[in-house]
Amino acid sequence: MATSPTKIRATAKDGVTEVKVLISHEMESGQRKDAAGAVFPAWFITEVTARHNDRVVLAADFGTAVSKNPYLAFRFKGGAAGDRISLTWKDNKGETRTDETKIA
Amino acid sequence: MEKQRRKVLKSGSGAALLGLLATAGVIRPGMALAESNRTAFEARSMAATLKAIGAASLVDSTEVQLSGPDIAENGAAVHLGISSTLPNVTMIAILVEKNPNPLAVAFRLPEGTQANVQTRVKMAQSSNVYVLVKAGDRFFMADKEIRVTLGGCGG
Repeated sequence: MATSPTKIRATAKDGVTEVKVLISHEMESGQRKDAAGAVFPAWFITEVTARHNDRVVLAADFGTAVSKNPYLAFRFKGGAAGDRISLTWKDNKGETRTDETKIA
Repeated sequence: MEKQRRKVLKSGSGAALLGLLATAGVIRPGMALAESNRTAFEARSMAATLKAIGAASLVDSTEVQLSGPDIAENGAAVHLGISSTLPNVTMIAILVEKNPNPLAVAFRLPEGTQANVQTRVKMAQSSNVYVLVKAGDRFFMADKEIRVTLGGCGG
């Protein structure tokens, strides 16, 4: 199943890098039912890892209650314009995706 | 059909929570999401979630800030911001008390990452939202009541 790119924006200012992330994912909770009463099976991201160059700067475990198309913002010390920021997610169906950007 | 799953979990309000925290105090602190911990996400009550996280001796702290709307028009995406001035924060978890599974997300922060994160969560109904911060070996929390006008699992 094709996945859509994660939008990542990273800006460094005064020695701190702020990263904003918008992941494209259904995040189906497994709680909803269709008109016939059949449950939409759960389909959601379970793990997210953000890296600065190759160093992990944020790891997150998601439950089903993270909103559709998850949004994240966080800050870490260090980082300079041109450094790589990558974001990897994995969902409960085993699908995974990594996207990368450079610090502006 | 949305109403069928609106079973109110009987974990109660603040006073009841304090009681269950005392209960949780007898449980040995676990690894607290140092590794990913799926059990905590499957827990159906606040008490069970805290137990799975290993959060013994939780204290209210003014050094933990949870920002969010007082009234959320759309429970499918409630924007929350968490920040803390505590040193050595290694974990931040968001718990929505009245969701089917209270634990929404747990962030693990390596050294150098600031205790300042934002995300959006789903809320099935109006509820207290708790944020749990692990700093050193201790757990701190803050909470906020968020009223939801349109229920939240619609996607």
